[in-house]
Amino acid sequence: MNAAERNNFVLIDQQRIEVNGEKSILELARKAGIDIPTFCYHSELSLYGACRMCVVEIEGRGVVTSCSTPPVPGMKILTNSPRVQRVRRTVLELLLANHDRDCTTCDKNGRCKLQELADRFGVRKIRFGERDEKLPLDESAPVVRDPNKCILCGDCVRMCEEVQGIGVLDFVNRGSRVMVAPAFNKKLQDVECVNCGQCSAVCPTGALVVKSEIDKAWAALHDEEKLVVAQVAPAVRVALGEEFGLPPGEIVTGKVVAALKRLGFDKVFDTCMAADLTVMEETAEFLNRIKKGENLPQFTSCCPAWVKYAEHNAADLLKNLSTCRSPQQIFGSVVKRHWAKKLGKKPEEVFVISIMPCSAKKFEAARPEFSVNGVRDVDLVLTTQELARMIRESGLLFDQLEVEAFDMPFGLTTGAGVIFGATGGVAEAVLRTAHSLLTCKPADEYANDGLFNFETVRGFEGLKEAVLEVDGLEVKVAVVHGLGNAKRLLAEVKEGKANYHLIEVMACPGGCVGGAGQPVATGGEAKKKRAQGLYSADKLSQLRKAHDNPAVARLYEQWLKKPNSSEAHKTLHTSYQMRGRITGEEITLLTSKQENKINLAVCVGTCCYLKGSYDTLKKLMEKAESEGVGDRINLHATFCLENCEKGGPSVRVDDTVVSGVTPDKVESFFTENILGKLKIPAESQ
Amino acid sequence: MGEVMQLKTGSEGIGVAGRRFTKVNEIIERHGRTPSALIPILQEVQEEYRYLPEEILTYIAVAMGLNPANVYGVATFYSQFSLAPKGKYVIRICDGTACHVRGSEKIKTALWEKLGLSDERKTTDDLRFTVETVSCLGACGLAPVVMINDRVYGQVTPEGINEIIDQIIAEEEGEKNAPEEN
Ligand code: SF4
Ligand code: SF4
Ligand code: SF4
Ligand code: FES
Ligand code: FES
Ligand code: FES
Repeated sequence: MNAAERNNFVLIDQQRIEVNGEKSILELARKAGIDIPTFCYHSELSLYGACRMCVVEIEGRGVVTSCSTPPVPGMKILTNSPRVQRVRRTVLELLLANHDRDCTTCDKNGRCKLQELADRFGVRKIRFGERDEKLPLDESAPVVRDPNKCILCGDCVRMCEEVQGIGVLDFVNRGSRVMVAPAFNKKLQDVECVNCGQCSAVCPTGALVVKSEIDKAWAALHDEEKLVVAQVAPAVRVALGEEFGLPPGEIVTGKVVAALKRLGFDKVFDTCMAADLTVMEETAEFLNRIKKGENLPQFTSCCPAWVKYAEHNAADLLKNLSTCRSPQQIFGSVVKRHWAKKLGKKPEEVFVISIMPCSAKKFEAARPEFSVNGVRDVDLVLTTQELARMIRESGLLFDQLEVEAFDMPFGLTTGAGVIFGATGGVAEAVLRTAHSLLTCKPADEYANDGLFNFETVRGFEGLKEAVLEVDGLEVKVAVVHGLGNAKRLLAEVKEGKANYHLIEVMACPGGCVGGAGQPVATGGEAKKKRAQGLYSADKLSQLRKAHDNPAVARLYEQWLKKPNSSEAHKTLHTSYQMRGRITGEEITLLTSKQENKINLAVCVGTCCYLKGSYDTLKKLMEKAESEGVGDRINLHATFCLENCEKGGPSVRVDDTVVSGVTPDKVESFFTENILGKLKIPAESQ
Repeated sequence: MGEVMQLKTGSEGIGVAGRRFTKVNEIIERHGRTPSALIPILQEVQEEYRYLPEEILTYIAVAMGLNPANVYGVATFYSQFSLAPKGKYVIRICDGTACHVRGSEKIKTALWEKLGLSDERKTTDDLRFTVETVSCLGACGLAPVVMINDRVYGQVTPEGINEIIDQIIAEEEGEKNAPEEN
C-alpha cells in the first residue's frame, strides 16, 4: 500500500488530489481545476455515460469515461495523454461527420458545445464521410427540433423525463437510424409537451432551440404606424448582463430599459406592475376560497408551462387553479383594453412585445382566449437571449449604456412583483398581501418586523413550505419548481395526503430565473445568483407589497373598481381547458355499412381507462352482439374526449359526449342511447 | 383489401377487430403492468396483428401507464417489431456474407419484380407478402437462404423462389374458393 492510498489521495496529471466523497473522476477533476469536456454529463440528471467525450486514462486500466468512474484512492489518472487526446478527437470527428454542419445559419452558432469543443480540441479535418440525409425540422412549437443537428447525447430525454416528469422525447430506431423524437415522430405541438424549453436549455447543439421571432420584432419597430410597447419580466433584469460579460445576478434593469429605447420601443414598461395586479386578484380570490372553503388548495397560474401540464394531467384539479391570468397576459390586457383606450388608440394600433425568460410564454401569448376580435393582447414574445441578439445586432455597447427608468404609469412596481421571477416569489408576494389584508394593520407596522420576508419559501429546495397564522387561521403554503416535483406533490394532493391552502408551481427548476429563454446557465450556480439578485432588488424597493403599488391602486380606481370585480374577471381572469394526454388515431372495433347507424367512441385515455373504460367497451361490444345490432354501430376506442373533468368513462354517441358510463351503467346506457336511437325497443331480443 | 382487414359483424359475433382488441387486453392482463413486461407484450400483440399499429401502441402505453415515447422507442429499437403492416407470408432473404456471395441479391430482385415491391415498399397491397432482408440466418452451408414465415429454404435460385411463390398463391386461391367452414 503506497502513501497515496493510505491518505485517500489520487494522482491527477501528477497532482495529488484528495478524494472527498466525489462520485466520479470527472467531478473530482473539475474541483481540481481541470475542465474535462463532456456532452452527456449534467450534474442534475442521471448518468448516461454514452458520449465518451469525458475519457481519461487510468494507469493499469486504460481509457475510461470519467463521468461514470468513481475515484479510488491510489489511482493514477491522466486527463490529457496521447491516447485520451486520440479518443476525444475521434469522438468529435464521428459526431461531426454525422452532423449537419451548417453552423453559420444555426441558432446555436457561438453557443454550441459541439462547435466549442471541436475548436478547443483543434478538429480541423474530418476523416469520415458526411451526413447525406436531411430530415425535416419540427417548428410546430416554441421549441424547434432539428434532428439533423442531434448528437444523441440524451440530455433532453433525461431532462424531460427526470426533472420535468413528462417524458416527451425518447430514443427511437436503432443502428444508423437512431434519433431522439417524440412518440411516433409526432410534432411537439401534438404531444404533451408543455413548451418549458428545458430540453433546449441542456441541448449542447442546435438540435433543440427556442424559436426566434426577432424578424417580427424588427418589422413592428420599423412600422411607423404602430406604437410599440415593451414589457420586461422580472427574471430578465438579473440575467441579460451575462450575455455581455457581466456576472449572473447583476441587476441591469436600467440598462435593459435604455437598450429597449435605443432599439426603438415607444414605451418600456415593467411586467412587475402587472405582477402586483396579479397578486391583488389572486389574493382576493384566495381569501374568498378560504372563506368559503372551496377549491382548495389554490394553485398559482402564472407559469404557462405548469398550466398546460395541469391541463394535460390534472383535469380534476383544474378548478383549483387560480383563474388569474399570468402577469404577461394581465399586462397585455391592461395596455390593450384600458391604456390604449385612454390614449384614443385601437388595440390593433398598439403592438405589445414582452421580453421574457421563457419559451412557454410564446405559447401562452398565442392562446386563442388571449385575443379579442383577432387582436392579441400580447403580440410577440422575445426571450432574454433574443433581446441580447437584437442588442448585438444594433451595435449597442450594452455595458456602457446610461441607465434609464421605466416609463410611467406602468413602471411603478413593488418588491413583490420583482420576486415573481424566482421560485417562491409568487407565494411570498401573495402572503405579504394576504397577511396585511387579513390583519388590517397599516403596512408600516410591519416594515421592520420581518413579515415582509417569508424566508422558508425561498431557495432551491424541491419542495418548500410556509405556515402563516393570522387571527386563528393557519394558512399552509407549498412551493414547488420543476414539474417532476409538481407531479409528486399533485399525487399527494390527489391522495389527500397533502393539506395545503396555496400551492405555487413553476415549471422551470429555480423558477423563471432558470427559464429556457435565459442565457445558457450550466449548473445551478448562475440561477441562484439571479434569484439572489431579485431578492436584493426587492430589499432595495421602497414598496414591498403589491397593494401599496400606486399604479395598481389607480387602475382599480379608474377602471376595475375592486379585485375580482366583473370587469376584472372579464379582462384579468381566464379559464382552462382539458387537454388529452395522449393523442392518437382511433382504434376501429366495429364498422357498419348500413345507412341508419350510430357512431360510438369509447374513451380509453388515461383518466377514463383508470375508471374502467376498457370494461365499458367490452360490455358494449357484447351487448351489441347479444342485441343483434353489431352491424348498425361504428364502434371506436379513442384517446381522450377531453371530457375528463366530468368523470369518466366518457362515451361519444354521434356528436354528444356522455360522461360516467361505468361498466355497470352499460345496460341502461345501451337501452337509452343506442336501442332508443335505432328505434329498437329494449324487449326485442 | 385482403381478408385480414375484413370484419364480421352482426349475428356472426363481434368483429375480428373487436376480438383482436380484447386479445390485447388479455395479453396485458396476463403479463401484468410492469415495464419489464413490455417486450413480451409487444411480441404477442404483434402476433395478433402481424405488426404494431400506432393506435394499439398508444393504447398499450395508457394501459401500462408508460410514456408513449418510451413504448415507441422500444418498438422501434428491436428488429423483430414492425410498425408497418406485414403480409401473411413474411419472406426473409438472408443477406449475410455467405448468402450475399452466392447471389442473394438476384433472389431479392426476382422477388421484388414478381411481387411489385421495392426497398420502400416491403408489403404487397393485399397484405399477402412482405419481403425483407436479414443478416445471417445461421444456415450458411445452405446459402443462399430464404425463410418464409418459419420455413427455411436452402440453395434458392431466382427461378426456384418464383415457383415457391406461385405455389403459395395457388394454395391461397384454393383455400379462398373452398366452402367456408365454421
Ligand atoms: S419543452 Fe419541456 S415538456 Fe417539451 S419536450 Fe422539452 S422539456 Fe419536455
Ligand atoms: S436533441 Fe440535443 S440534447 Fe437531445 S439528444 Fe440530441 S443533441 Fe442531445
Ligand atoms: S417557470 Fe417561468 S420561465 Fe419557466 S416555463 Fe414557467 S413562466 Fe416560463
Ligand atoms: S460525459 Fe461521460 S460519457 Fe458523456
Ligand atoms: S381520458 Fe379524457 S375524456 Fe377520457
Ligand atoms: S449468410 Fe446467410 S445464412 Fe449465414
